[in-house]
Amino acid sequence: MAATNPRFEYLLYLGDNCLILGQRLAALCGHGPALEENIAITNVALDLIGQARLWLTYAGEVEGRGRDEDKLAFLRDGHEFRNCLLVEQPNGNYAETTARQFYFDTWHYFALNALSRSTDARVADIAAKSLKEVRYHLERSSEWVVRLGDGTEESHRKMQAALDWLWSYTGELFEASAVDAALVAEGVAFDPASIRGDWLAHVKEVIEEATLALPSGTWMQRGGREGRHSEHLGYLLAEMQFLQRAYPGAQW
Amino acid sequence: MVKPAAREPNAAPATEEVWGWLHEVPDPEIPVISVVDLGIVRDVQWADGTLIVTITPTYSGCPATQAIEAAIRAALEARGIESLRIETRLAPPWTTDWLSERGREALRAYGIAPPACRAIDASRISWRMREPAVSCPRCGSARTVRVSQFGSTPCKAHYRCEACLEPFDYFKPH
Repeated sequence: MAATNPRFEYLLYLGDNCLILGQRLAALCGHGPALEENIAITNVALDLIGQARLWLTYAGEVEGRGRDEDKLAFLRDGHEFRNCLLVEQPNGNYAETTARQFYFDTWHYFALNALSRSTDARVADIAAKSLKEVRYHLERSSEWVVRLGDGTEESHRKMQAALDWLWSYTGELFEASAVDAALVAEGVAFDPASIRGDWLAHVKEVIEEATLALPSGTWMQRGGREGRHSEHLGYLLAEMQFLQRAYPGAQW
Repeated sequence: MVKPAAREPNAAPATEEVWGWLHEVPDPEIPVISVVDLGIVRDVQWADGTLIVTITPTYSGCPATQAIEAAIRAALEARGIESLRIETRLAPPWTTDWLSERGREALRAYGIAPPACRAIDASRISWRMREPAVSCPRCGSARTVRVSQFGSTPCKAHYRCEACLEPFDYFKPH
């Protein structure tokens, strides 16, 4: 892909994380393990899709080529998505859904906290609004890690396996991409490495409370922000984009 | 169809009058409370003959946001407002601190416990912080337990009263 506007790329990153995880969670609507969880998961999905709309609308304006939130969501191919690999991983069992959410919520919380001080007023406004919602997401997923980890023998084993399995997808959250340097210098974006300490402290605290062990692997997956995704994203997009691909311009 | 209020031709209604009309526009999800009591309407102004109503959405994904905009538009058009623009303002973000006292009481009477405290500072992690006791909107008991952080809409949590055993919604401090 030709060099593009760093701010556009960055807004896609923020928006795609929300959109793809929102789509993953929306697929659990009607399939949650309990009625309350079914409702909670769907509420979190709604928040994330709402946040994705705010980021992608702004991304489209910054790009200035007439692409609105819908065009960006439904008419881009996999390699044009900038989300981290973590959020596109399948729902799996409920421990895996919970681990993915917990790792992401913790990152999302500290990322938004930093972005609420962005020198780009629009970024700061969207971040400050989203932060209030994500605080509840983080509270919920943290409590579920504890509930499952400090639960039965089986839930403990599954929660540990899920945290271990998804651990390798957490590394890229703290790596700077090619577009970051200029934006960090301008104060628009934050240095990804700068929030790793806070992220780790919270993850560690919750995992210990849950009587679980902090994963120790050092080999990390990477590539999401460059558009190199796992094969899961293609299947997700095929479902999410089907209607607009089959019936271009169809309206609700 | 509501008839436009009698007034001089071309005379724009005062913004106070418009606020009064908006006080009658119910929230689509919780119809006992108006969009003004919910704190969604932030500003009403005239600019060059166009009425500008500024609203602040509650939660980013709240499906009621578009319905609220449509309801405001319909209510003002029914009052004879011909040139109307509804603007959305994100900052400062909506907070339950903007709920009016009248709104809080209407919620309680409807069976939804209003926020038990001021908005929580989102810049501090509070996952193990205990929220203040939420009183049951039906029997008033403080012996209540949270069933789930998310209830029937994003703005509410799901609670149960241990005294009267009724489940109820709690409007979360936000």
